[in-house]
Amino acid sequence: MPSIDPIDHIDPITRDLWQVIAATDELPVGQIQRTTLLDVPLAMTRDSAGLPVVWRRSDEEAGDDVDPENILDRLPVTTGYGFVWTSLGTPSAALFPIPEYAEADRKNMSCGSIGIHVSAPRAVENFLDMGHFPYVHTDILGAEPHTEVKEYDVEVSEERDEVLATRCRFMQPRAAKSATHAMEVEYVYRVPHPFCSVLYKSCPEDENRRDVIAIFLQPVSEDRCRAHLLQSMIDSTSTITDLRRFQQTIFGQDKPILENQYPKRLPLDPRAETPIRADKSAIAYRRWLSQKGITYGVIPMAS
Amino acid sequence: MTITLHDFELSGNCYKLRLLMSILQLRYDIVPVDFFPGREHKSDAFLRLNPFGQLPVLQDGDLTLSDSGAILAYLARRYDASGQWFPDDPAVTAEVLRWHAVADDITATASAARLALGFDYPFDLEKTQAGAHRIFRIIDEHLWFGEKSGRDWLASPAHPTTADIACFPYVMLSEEGGISRQDYPALRRWTDRVRRIPGFIVMSGIFPAGPALPAA
Repeated sequence: MPSIDPIDHIDPITRDLWQVIAATDELPVGQIQRTTLLDVPLAMTRDSAGLPVVWRRSDEEAGDDVDPENILDRLPVTTGYGFVWTSLGTPSAALFPIPEYAEADRKNMSCGSIGIHVSAPRAVENFLDMGHFPYVHTDILGAEPHTEVKEYDVEVSEERDEVLATRCRFMQPRAAKSATHAMEVEYVYRVPHPFCSVLYKSCPEDENRRDVIAIFLQPVSEDRCRAHLLQSMIDSTSTITDLRRFQQTIFGQDKPILENQYPKRLPLDPRAETPIRADKSAIAYRRWLSQKGITYGVIPMAS
Repeated sequence: MTITLHDFELSGNCYKLRLLMSILQLRYDIVPVDFFPGREHKSDAFLRLNPFGQLPVLQDGDLTLSDSGAILAYLARRYDASGQWFPDDPAVTAEVLRWHAVADDITATASAARLALGFDYPFDLEKTQAGAHRIFRIIDEHLWFGEKSGRDWLASPAHPTTADIACFPYVMLSEEGGISRQDYPALRRWTDRVRRIPGFIVMSGIFPAGPALPAA
């Protein structure tokens, strides 16, 4: 009889990656929370030491009490940047680095985990796009007539195995919660994981440092994901609630745009969609996914 | 007197009040409430403002008010000199309150579906979606017959009322709950009219309408 285990439909690269599934603080101790990763139903909790425990679920219900000691068949778990990461395969030893997260004076926070009806790679690609700022994030991250995406650089770092876009500049009316006036902001984008992107942007409060905003996508199915949002900010005045609100406002504007993208999976064939200059990083990202052999959440190139 | 709104940006019920206060050109302060992921609306401090643990809460001087529909009525009665937004006429008042109740049904269905899909709430998705479609079908029919008889809004007056403000947000956000408005053309035309009310503002997830075509 053919196997109907959803794990068999996941490409091996995706299966062996660390995948984000929850904000650590939001996971109750000794109580079950449910989620879905790559079509595989999971249960999770934290033990008395606060450490996450994750396993493939059958009939567990959310809110059920559980003694984590009794869970023997566990999936690999690590924590990083305030989130719980697991894997359905054999993950590498370490998660990709975000060294800034450890700087003592930063305000680090989850801004929520939000479900979106689009594939994880589509959400990464939208995160990399600056062309939509004036139209979708009007008067915050952009405003007419400053709609031009200026020339920027994109490379795939062989050493770190990540896509890197640098020298991205954009005129922004309100670049951050801490911004008091419009400024030309410089961005650096990293894609250190097929479903995660980390953005560094000029910090209004300190011109020598950068705010860090990251989006970690949990692929729920081929056309659904959950966006786990991280902010690591230099901001001595705003509260966590203020900073969350700012980021949720931005993300709430992106959501309907993302959910109206078609097809929901990301086409990797360069002829599938017509790129413009703003899409340079998207083109590099698609090529990188293709070369890695990722097939989950994408429409692979016809071979 | 200072008006303070205890507010969550992504809440359609909070947006109802921001929208009416923008239309009425009222100045107010915002106290952000970390509804998600912080669940601050269930905190002791918030429960002292509203024991039901629901947003929005509005304070006006010494008054502390909750429930978006009730606050819409309050703001209109207190600050709308035109008397149009919550009309005095007993029959129209009943009509508007009837639509405020429909707005609560839309919250219980369309908004619940959005919370289930976007915010991981344990609601029955199919049931909430089906409930929203049933309501949208009835509103679409009501608006379609309205258009045929020269009525543009949910209630009978020739101008919008808080009935329209109360029902608008979670209709507009329905696609986030997987509820398409494709089959409700009169409902869609009404959302365009609401978005062209002078003083209209957006919230995250709702975009402005383009200009209306000139009348033929």
